[in-house]
Amino acid sequence: MSLALKALKKSPWVFHVNTGACNNCDIEILDALTPRFDVERFGIVLVGSIRHADVLLISGPVTRNVLPRLKRLYEQAPKPVKVIVIGACGCNCGIFRDGYNIIGPVDKYIPVDAYVPGCPPKPETIIAGVVKVLNTL
Amino acid sequence: MDLKYLFFYLIFPGFLFTGVVGLLTTWVDRKVTARVHWRVGPPWYQPFADTMKLLGKEVIVPAGSKKTGFLLMPVIGLAAATLASTIIWLANLFSVSFVGDSIVVLYIMTIPAIAMILGASASGNPLAVLGASREMKLLFAYELPLVISMLTTVYKAGSFSFERILAEQASSGIMLGSASGIIAFIVMIMCVQAKLTFIPFDIPEAETELAGGTHIEYSGAPLAVIKLNTAIMFFVLPVFMITLFWGGVSFAGWSILTSILKYVAIVVIIVLIKNTNPRVRIDQALRFFWGPMLVLSVVALVLAVLGY
Repeated sequence: MSLALKALKKSPWVFHVNTGACNNCDIEILDALTPRFDVERFGIVLVGSIRHADVLLISGPVTRNVLPRLKRLYEQAPKPVKVIVIGACGCNCGIFRDGYNIIGPVDKYIPVDAYVPGCPPKPETIIAGVVKVLNTL
Repeated sequence: MDLKYLFFYLIFPGFLFTGVVGLLTTWVDRKVTARVHWRVGPPWYQPFADTMKLLGKEVIVPAGSKKTGFLLMPVIGLAAATLASTIIWLANLFSVSFVGDSIVVLYIMTIPAIAMILGASASGNPLAVLGASREMKLLFAYELPLVISMLTTVYKAGSFSFERILAEQASSGIMLGSASGIIAFIVMIMCVQAKLTFIPFDIPEAETELAGGTHIEYSGAPLAVIKLNTAIMFFVLPVFMITLFWGGVSFAGWSILTSILKYVAIVVIIVLIKNTNPRVRIDQALRFFWGPMLVLSVVALVLAVLGY
């Protein structure tokens, strides 16, 4: 394992992308970042710019309008970047699968490293998902 | 002779030493912040892991940017911060000083901010340009009270050189022991807060509205350099304040312990201000520095002239 990857494991900076979720998973993601869970112990920090991101936390099914933005965001992120899909909708469109504007789950368009199902997943589940992705590095 | 100064610049009081201690200082910052939030906080090697990781990431140069300026500016900022640190430490440890070195340091310490403004402007991102414009206004705001509060010390020592200022404090007590010294010290803490762009003056970076502001487009190694730059400034500015007001730092015998204590005390004050305040708007910051802070610094200078 190279030194850079080892360091990446110790300081994954997360960036939060909403591709059309109902906002429920986003609230849970923010809960996972609160002092109660204290993910900064593992170096996890929420960053505001995609250029600083190491991990993309994507919530929601892909809607027609958001698809070009999602692809651009993925291209804008400096590699190596990991993608984690949060919530049932991102994994398989969930309850929105019959929606007129839904064009599929996230992994149809960009490569995904981990799925965290749930509607919404608990913060503990989200943290477990992040840990599993980091262990694959 | 020349090789000696190269060693000073690159290894001991310069780049390596300042960088390592600066990164440790950012850890103190994050740890104290975590304790204020009632959580545990990151381990001590966190800033080093961050830097290492950023060095290993892809460097993206945005399509609309000016490549040379975009990539060169963080390095210029880093060189300037290191140089400021070297001058201050040489004056403190080896009494290597020259006439007016405090003025030189004052100039050099604005270069990281100016480099950041130029780098952000070269990135071609509207949010970065907005951050650069705010950084420029903030620079105009805090420089005036900073210079006047430094003049208080200079007047009392009767000289612009660090060596004379330190000698004056060694012979007739620290500057903080007098009324004018305390007032100037308070003004300077506020200015340092703005110079480091920490909350309440993190207006150029504004995570929530500008998403990183001046360094929004930086990724990989240039971002690591910017983080290192901030860390070094976080180290240099408290040492600068200790030199001016608190009798300087020394590595001889037990004074190494008091030096570290002084340094950590100032850092913790800065971090606590950072953690207990909301961000102000740029016009509020300008009014704050050109109003109350300017008046306070002039009062300190007048008190110094009157002999208090």
